[in-house]
Amino acid sequence: MAMAALRREGRRFAPLISPRPITAVRSSPIAPSHEDECPIGVRYISTQVVRNRMKSVKNIQKITKAMKMVAASKLRAVQTKAENSRGLWQPFTALLGDLPSVDVKKSVVVTISSDKGLCGGINSTSVKISKGIHKLNSGPEKETQYVILGEKAKAQLIRDSKKDIELIITELQKNPLNYTQVSVLADEILKNVEFDALRIVFNKFHSVVSFVPTVSTVLSPEIVEREAESGGKLGDLDNYEVEGGETKGEILQNLAEFQFSCVMFNAVLENACSEQGARMSAMDSSSRNAGDMLDRLTLTYNRTRQASITTELIEIISGASALEG
Amino acid sequence: MLRQASRLLARPPRLAARARPFSTDLPAADQTADATFTEAWNKVIPNIDPPKTPLSFMQPRPPTPSSIPSKLTVNFVLPYASALATKEVDMVIVPATTGQMGVLPGHVATIAELKPGVLSVHEGNEVTKYFVSSGFVFIHANSFADIIAVEAVPLDQLDANLVQKGLAEFTLKLSSATTDLEKAEAQIGIDVHSALNSALTG
Repeated sequence: MAMAALRREGRRFAPLISPRPITAVRSSPIAPSHEDECPIGVRYISTQVVRNRMKSVKNIQKITKAMKMVAASKLRAVQTKAENSRGLWQPFTALLGDLPSVDVKKSVVVTISSDKGLCGGINSTSVKISKGIHKLNSGPEKETQYVILGEKAKAQLIRDSKKDIELIITELQKNPLNYTQVSVLADEILKNVEFDALRIVFNKFHSVVSFVPTVSTVLSPEIVEREAESGGKLGDLDNYEVEGGETKGEILQNLAEFQFSCVMFNAVLENACSEQGARMSAMDSSSRNAGDMLDRLTLTYNRTRQASITTELIEIISGASALEG
Repeated sequence: MLRQASRLLARPPRLAARARPFSTDLPAADQTADATFTEAWNKVIPNIDPPKTPLSFMQPRPPTPSSIPSKLTVNFVLPYASALATKEVDMVIVPATTGQMGVLPGHVATIAELKPGVLSVHEGNEVTKYFVSSGFVFIHANSFADIIAVEAVPLDQLDANLVQKGLAEFTLKLSSATTDLEKAEAQIGIDVHSALNSALTG
């Protein structure tokens, strides 16, 4: 009992016993720390280091679990919006088709990414795909520019493609996403950037664990006319009568702008969903890892503790047997 | 050991349930994606999978039938919801910029821009009316009509007093407007409110 009390105070028992160099069983990989205060020449195994680590790992586990819950609730909110907006781009694709391999002089890649980190690999995927499209569309007389939405893509693309960046937009999700905000954004892009084809790169939300990188192409009205005349996929666009307006070109211009804002709205919502889903799974695996680490540390802690008890016992017993003779 | 077995058996359903609480069934149509794009991508960037394109997420539309079908299939979409999704109706009347346009099955393929006005959907004996702010309507040759509007409200949710107030306010703004931008904005406000007015009275 007294021994237990003294041990709790972290002091050696009976300093009269000569401190013979007893090689304690050191099963713990942690060396006796320099932070314990014990008399010189005495070996003492400290559990303090392990205890500190366990505390910090437990805190990290709590934080990541909380972040996962927050991401789950935000996902629920955005997901209904994203699913409702899915019908928005389908009529445009039904009318104008989808021509990602169209041959244009000036294409602009709109990369959509998140502002905050800790969301897994979705931003890197978007940037990789954007760089791939840039490579695909570069050649003599062809050039590609970037329009970047979100801090994460900005950080990655500014490193090697600084001269190709036209516009950077951040803090998109400060207010809840709505169509008015996105249409103002689309207006800004259309005003400041001239393009033949806009390629919007985002992560489409399939489920909480699956996000598919997607590229949507919006063509400028002149290219639409060109493709319609040359036949092929847009060939039957000429069969459509155009009502209203002075010229067909005017209506096609409005159509292209409207298409861009609708596709952007859907893309931004889907990317927000993917971001929350990716953050959920990243935080989930992080808290699981922290739990595993905690288990291992607990084992180490127990081993260290038992080793120090064994050391004490050995010293006492050998001291006592030395006294007996 | 039996306890472990029961625990293992209990786990997979939970995993499945956890993996699917938010899964949505996207119509994963067959790969009618652009083959030229995937080929070009694979040549230049062989390590990464090519990104998907919207075509692979859409149900393909039926081709133009030889005889005029009896019903018109309408998709009425808004940014926040699909008000009507592939609904079969007899007729729709859309407020195009050139005036009210009636669309029946077998209508010629048309692209029309919409102005603020009343959209009415006729199905049998019932008529549903919405006030749409603006948008586009595509009528395809296979009797599919896509109406895309920015805002649409059923008529019974409009308040006549607020409409009158808004109209007066924008008329005042137009008379006191100095720059072209202000004049244009005030004019748009007047157009919308007078359309609202005639929708409520007419």
